[in-house]
Amino acid sequence: MTDAKTEEKPLVRKIESRRAMAKAMGEYFGEIFEAAREGSPKIAWCTSVGPAELLVACGFRVYFPENHGAMLGATRMATDLIPLANAVGYSPEICSYLTSDVGSFLKGETPMAKMPGYEFPKPDVLIYNTNQCRDVKDWMSYYQKHFDVPMYGVNTPVNITEVTEDHVDVAAKQIEAMVEPLCEITGVKFDYDLFKEKVSLSRELSEKWKTVLETASAVPSPINFFDSTIHMGPAVVMRGSTRAIDYYNLLLEELNTCIETGTGSIEDEKYRIYWDGMPIWGKLKSHSEHFASLKTCVVASTYCNSWIFDAFDADDPFKSMARAYTELFIVRSDAWKETYMQRMFDLYKIDGIIYHDAKTCPANSNNRYGMPDRLQKDSGLPYIIIQGDLNDMRCYSEEQTRTNIEAFIEQLAEK
Amino acid sequence: MSDKKLYCGVDVGASATKVVILEEDGTLVGHETRRTGVEAAEVSESCRDAILESLGLEKNAIALTGSTGFARDDVTFSDIKRTEISCHSKGCLLYFDGPMTIVDIGGQDNKIINLDENGKRTSFKLNRKCAAGTGSFLEEISTILNKPLEDLNGLAEQSETPVKLGSFCTVFTKTEILTNFRRGDRIPDIAAGAFESVIRRIIEMDPLTGNIVLTGGVVGHNPYIVKAFERVLGRPVRVPPHPQLTGAIGAALFAIEENSQGTE
Repeated sequence: MTDAKTEEKPLVRKIESRRAMAKAMGEYFGEIFEAAREGSPKIAWCTSVGPAELLVACGFRVYFPENHGAMLGATRMATDLIPLANAVGYSPEICSYLTSDVGSFLKGETPMAKMPGYEFPKPDVLIYNTNQCRDVKDWMSYYQKHFDVPMYGVNTPVNITEVTEDHVDVAAKQIEAMVEPLCEITGVKFDYDLFKEKVSLSRELSEKWKTVLETASAVPSPINFFDSTIHMGPAVVMRGSTRAIDYYNLLLEELNTCIETGTGSIEDEKYRIYWDGMPIWGKLKSHSEHFASLKTCVVASTYCNSWIFDAFDADDPFKSMARAYTELFIVRSDAWKETYMQRMFDLYKIDGIIYHDAKTCPANSNNRYGMPDRLQKDSGLPYIIIQGDLNDMRCYSEEQTRTNIEAFIEQLAEK
Repeated sequence: MSDKKLYCGVDVGASATKVVILEEDGTLVGHETRRTGVEAAEVSESCRDAILESLGLEKNAIALTGSTGFARDDVTFSDIKRTEISCHSKGCLLYFDGPMTIVDIGGQDNKIINLDENGKRTSFKLNRKCAAGTGSFLEEISTILNKPLEDLNGLAEQSETPVKLGSFCTVFTKTEILTNFRRGDRIPDIAAGAFESVIRRIIEMDPLTGNIVLTGGVVGHNPYIVKAFERVLGRPVRVPPHPQLTGAIGAALFAIEENSQGTE
C-alpha cells in the first residue's frame, strides 16, 4: 500500500507585462489622488459602463466605484466591510460591490490607502448608467445624499434583443443632456472635437482589448480568465486615453509570442472552459491554481468580453456612444445572449461551461431563467452552476465549489 | 480470502465516513461507518483497520485504496481520488445498468447525477448551499421533536396524514413546526412531513424523468423516504443493496480499475 501521492501542481504562467499594467494603473490613480488634493481638475464618479468619454472630454478625472468594489473583493476586505452597509439598511441580498464600497466608506478603510499619494477622491459629480442594473443608481444615490453633489445618469432600456434607433436615441438624448451641467461644474467650454477624439481613443482601446481576449482562441491559450479580469482594468478605467492602448500593445506582443512558441497560460492544457457571470474576486488566485491543477484553462468569459464596444464612432460620438453602451451583453435578452455565447463557444473551442450564480448580482447571473439547459441542448456542451458571489464570501462554499469543479472535469475526461 | 486481491474504498462525507473492502469482482467483504467529526484521516483509518481486524487481515492485504467525499484528499492511505459524483455513479453501475438518474441524499448535501445508456455521465447537480432537503435538516427536525434521529423513520411510518411543511429554510421550518404543535398536529405526521419536505427540495433540483436510483445515508437509514419518493413520483424507484456505501464502493471500484490498468 502506498501513501497518498502529492502531484506537483502545473504552473500558471505569470504575465510579464503585469508590472507595466501596475505602473499604468498607478499613474491613473495618482492623477485622481492629485486632483483630490488640489481640488482640480474636478472628479466625477462614474459607474463602470457610464459615459466615461464625455466626462474625460469635459475635463474630469474619472473614478469608478465598481473598480474599487473589485479591489475590495480581490483584497478580501469586502466580507468584513459588507456588514457595515447591511447595518445601515443596505440588504445582504443587493449588489455586494455596493455594500462593500459603502462599508469601506463608513469604516474609512480602502486598499487605495496603500497607493502612493493616496487622497480620498471626493466626487464633484456622480454619473450612472442603469444598463447594468438599478443597483448602480442606488449606489450613486447613497453618495449623492452624503456629499450633496449633483447626480446625472442614463436610464437604459433593458432585456433588448435587437437594438433599435429608438433605444439608441433614448440613451443618446440623456447623454447629450449632461453636457451643459457637466461643463458648468468643470468650467470648461465643451469641445466637440475633443469629445470625438476621446470616443475615437475608446474605440481603439476597445479593439485592442478585444484582440487581447481573442488570443485565448489559440490552443493552448496564452491567457486565462483569472488573469484577464485583472488585465481588463485599463480597459475599464482608462477609456478616452492613450495610456491603456500603449499597455495593451505591450501585452499583445507578449501573448503573441506565447502563441508563436506554443506557451500556454497553464501547463498541459487539456480542457477549455467558458465562464459566465462575475468572477469570485476573493478566490481569483486559488481558482486559477485549482483549474491549472486540473489541466483546465478557463479561456473565455462573458464578463471580460463586456468591455468590447464595437459601436464607437468618432463621426457620430453621442449616438455611437449611446449604441455602444446599449448593445452591451448585460442589456440584452436571453435569446440574443444565447446566440452570442454560441459564437464564443465556437471561437474559443470550448469543452464546457461554468455559470457562476452570484448571490448578489442577478443581472450577471445568466443561469436563472433556463439558459444553461437551453444552451446545452443547442451546443451539446455540458455545464455546471456554482453558487457564490463576486465579493461576499459568506455566500461561497469552498468545498462544495471544489467538488463541483473537479466532478465537472472528471465528466469532461470521461467523454 | 487471503489469496484474493482486496480493494478499499473510503467515502469521507461531511456527516459520516464510510469504508468498504471489495474483492476484485466487486463482492463486498466488509464495511464500517462512523461519524466523521473533525479528524477525517484518523476516522477513515480506524474504519479500515476495524474491517481488517474483523476479517483477520493485515494492511498489506489491500492492493489499492480509492477515496472520495469532501475530505478525500485527507485520507493518507489513498492511492486514487475521485469526487463523490464519479464514485456514486460508479457504485450504482455495479448494481444497475444505465440510463439512470441517481439521487443521493447525504448528511450535508444532495446530488443528482444523470447517466446515459452507456453509464457515461451527461450532467449532475449539487444542492444549493442550504441544509434544507438534506440529512442535516432531518437532524434539526428530530431535535425540535425531541426524538432521536433514528426514531424518525418509525414515527413517519405511523403517519396517516403527513403535515405539509412549506418553508424553504430549515430555521423557518422549525418555527413552522411549533405552529403545527400548537394546532394539534401529531408527531408522526410532522415526521412524515419532514421526509416529504426533503423530497420536495430535491424535485426542485431536476425534472427526475429517468429511472431513479436512490442512494445516501438518509435513504439507508430511512426506508420511509423511498416509499414517499415513489408516492410523489408515481413510479417505482431503485435502491442499491447498501445505499449509504455507494460512494465508498465506487471509490473501491476505481481502485480496482486503476489496478487492472496498471497490470495490463
